[in-house]
Amino acid sequence: MMRAHLKTLAAALDGWLREGEGYTLWLQAERTDFIRFNHGKVRQAGRVEQAYLDLRLIKGARQATQQLSLSGGEDDLALLEGALPELRAALEQVEDDPFLLLNERPQSGERVQPHRLPPAESMVADILEAADGHDLVGILACGDMSFGFANHLGQFNWQQGESWNFDWSLYSHGDKAVKRNMAGTAWDAASLRRGVAEAAEQLALLKLPLKTLAPGAYRAYFTPAALGSLLGMLNWGGVSEKEVRSKRSPLLKLVEGEARLSPLVSLEEAGGEGLSPLFQREGFIRPERVELIARGEHRGSLIGPRSAREFGLEPNAGGDEDAESMRLAAGDLPRDEALKALGTGVYLSNLWYLNFSDRSACRITGMTRFACFWVEEGKIVAPLGVMRFDDSLFSLLGEQLEALTAEREWLADPLSYESRATASKLLPGALVKAMRFSL
Amino acid sequence: MFETIRRRFQALRPQADFCSLRYVEEDSEQLRVRQGRQQPLARRRDRGAMITVLDGGGYGYAATADLSEAGLRAAFERARGWARATAGRGVFDFRGVKPPSPRGVWQGEASEPSWPRAALLDLLLSESAAAKGDDARVVDWSAGLWRQDVRQLHLTSDGGEVEQRMQALTPSLVVTAFDQGRVQTRSLGGQYGGLGRQGGLELIAESGLRGAGRRVADEAMQLLYAPNCPSGKMDLLLMPEQMMLQIHESIGHPLELDRILGDERNMAGTSFVTPDMFGSYRYGSDLLNVTFDPSLAKELASYGWDDDGQRAEKAWLIRNGILERPLGGAVSAMRARLNGHALDSVANSRASNWNRAPIDRMANLNVEPGDKTFGQLVAGVERGVLMQTNVSWSIDDSRNKFQFGCEWGQLIENGELKGVVRNPNYRGISASFWRSLKAVGDASTFCVMGTPYCGKGEPSQVIRVGHASPACVFGEVDVFGGAA
Repeated sequence: MMRAHLKTLAAALDGWLREGEGYTLWLQAERTDFIRFNHGKVRQAGRVEQAYLDLRLIKGARQATQQLSLSGGEDDLALLEGALPELRAALEQVEDDPFLLLNERPQSGERVQPHRLPPAESMVADILEAADGHDLVGILACGDMSFGFANHLGQFNWQQGESWNFDWSLYSHGDKAVKRNMAGTAWDAASLRRGVAEAAEQLALLKLPLKTLAPGAYRAYFTPAALGSLLGMLNWGGVSEKEVRSKRSPLLKLVEGEARLSPLVSLEEAGGEGLSPLFQREGFIRPERVELIARGEHRGSLIGPRSAREFGLEPNAGGDEDAESMRLAAGDLPRDEALKALGTGVYLSNLWYLNFSDRSACRITGMTRFACFWVEEGKIVAPLGVMRFDDSLFSLLGEQLEALTAEREWLADPLSYESRATASKLLPGALVKAMRFSL
Repeated sequence: MFETIRRRFQALRPQADFCSLRYVEEDSEQLRVRQGRQQPLARRRDRGAMITVLDGGGYGYAATADLSEAGLRAAFERARGWARATAGRGVFDFRGVKPPSPRGVWQGEASEPSWPRAALLDLLLSESAAAKGDDARVVDWSAGLWRQDVRQLHLTSDGGEVEQRMQALTPSLVVTAFDQGRVQTRSLGGQYGGLGRQGGLELIAESGLRGAGRRVADEAMQLLYAPNCPSGKMDLLLMPEQMMLQIHESIGHPLELDRILGDERNMAGTSFVTPDMFGSYRYGSDLLNVTFDPSLAKELASYGWDDDGQRAEKAWLIRNGILERPLGGAVSAMRARLNGHALDSVANSRASNWNRAPIDRMANLNVEPGDKTFGQLVAGVERGVLMQTNVSWSIDDSRNKFQFGCEWGQLIENGELKGVVRNPNYRGISASFWRSLKAVGDASTFCVMGTPYCGKGEPSQVIRVGHASPACVFGEVDVFGGAA
């Protein structure tokens, strides 16, 4: 329905434009059922239907954007028409934008997935049945998401599909829990039941006496989820061309050759394999792959259209210049042998609340969370009391990196600030020789 | 629009135990200047409604921007559907809840919005130019103004009706300096909207934005050549620009009752505070007094009623260091009571927008002033560091073990302020840190801060919070610098 609506709005705009004016439209819409769980029961259930349209009016090198919440009905035409005088007035008050860059070679395309999800109520029933007797907490988000682009040159892009994301934890006691994320486009109740049962089995390990570590350096194994937290932090400007040029990138020392990462580290943005649309707000089609780091050396950054104009480059990303489909190359350590390879050290299932403690040194602090364990001679012997780490990625993924696992795990972002996230990561686990814990 | 929404809600004649409609409309605009050039102008007009239904002990909501009668009817049906589908399967039986039926109008601190766009852009360009000067070491510099005008209407099926309006302005200015491989960033009021307040254009003058460009750039340059912050246990003088973060993370979030009840364990976390601690737990030294005050003029999260319709009033959470009350709305307080904990609620059940359901959220959370002037605070420190303006924040799942970093540090030796130090960080444990509070600044050191970026909830929500505080001194804190 919103696809036809966007076409209608674009056609109306075409008729309202004045001489010398152009536009882009960016639509992001979803119909999502959000169901929160606590103690294996429902805490809060509801539906959100929203559609946000960004209308960018362009005249010469001037631009201004108005975001509108759409109803999906005829009222939206009046809303759109009403925004035009305000944007025209704004254009009179802003300067020419020397870094405005829009796609002028229309590349239309559509990708629509078939309807495959059962009603949300039956998914909730499956979850409650699987969670019976367990202290399960988390959220199910499911429903349809669509993205659209149109411009005055006649370009039209559309992506639409149903998906679900169930992010949950099974609690043992206190802050001890096993956390899992499941996501997809087809619902699989049997897989859900297996996942909860497997997590429940692991709770037994969390009931072992707690191990409290003294601050210091320890061997560590990061599961793909834990490694994802570190790389998520790196995504705060680390792969952005704009941040590199303004010296704010945490990878600046790598870019300038003052620091190196391990030859095991090869990182890319693989837009073609992710959930985010390949088209972006300026109308450019993102490449299927962008090589960011190859064998420990900087290869490139994500370049939004503004940076492309400013620095004379080709755009290869959205304006935020962050990775939406991050891929880290696999290593050769079989995942089944990770504990043995760790020997004695810490097994990190999840990390939490990371931040830069010294951005220019790519130094990151954060906490252990959920099922983290102390391992001796390749065997889990105790759950770990929460520990704070403070270490540099140049160290953890540099000289201290010993191995990456041969198997990788696909991690879908469960967050839903303003709208459901579409970012994802495909990551191996990582074994490091020394990681610094501080508190 | 309010009258139309009223009429359409009345036409719904909802068949349910209880139904409410919360309509939110927001107009906002962001003016930004970076590296001496205007950034693309961004405006927003957002409107929509959330229908909430209690029926048969279940709870459901549905949010829609389709405000036609048919759109609201469909939302009601969906919300009632969820209420009925989850009745008897929830953590709480809503038949025990008597939702408020509030009546009234609340208008925050503001005048009718005047928005001289061209003049404001000129101001930002001027401060931006002053920040850059002709210094090649200034590699990134930006300034901005973000105005928001939010109007809300809350209607209940038993005749309740509340109108509220909040207008806010958030000025910002950030400068990054680089030389010989070293980078330092300094800002006006923080890089995350710390100067946000309710009000109009008078906030520009109050924020100190005029004339800030040169000063902030000069401070970035001082930091660039300053020695690394020393390490060790020492006194720590926190200014309000960092106190706001300390309060937010290690008092605000731990006291949110929905965390204590376990709702947030999967994402935002839990709390080291347990329900039995209220009334007796020593949270801080005798000098610590903390209030929930949604009535303070101009603070970012001032309001008259929360999003469940509870009247908002000032409440003491910590008095003379003893924990008294949690930050929990009416539903959370009732859940706690059913578990045997007689806790009073405060009106902090809030939603970030029309498309998110209310959850327990700190609002204006403030440390009350003490009796020491700034000079007396400094004079009382034999060896320590003053820290100002948060730049890095991290705290554990239960809001206990924290590590925070600031943009600005200054040594204090023998009761006197000395030289600037860069990359000042400190760490500690909430449960003991506040007990090390040894001096509290008076009203002359008190400052109203806030942030529009507090994240929490499933689904995720970003909300406005306010934090006012005096400067405070803490003893024997673990202080350290950057990677040198």
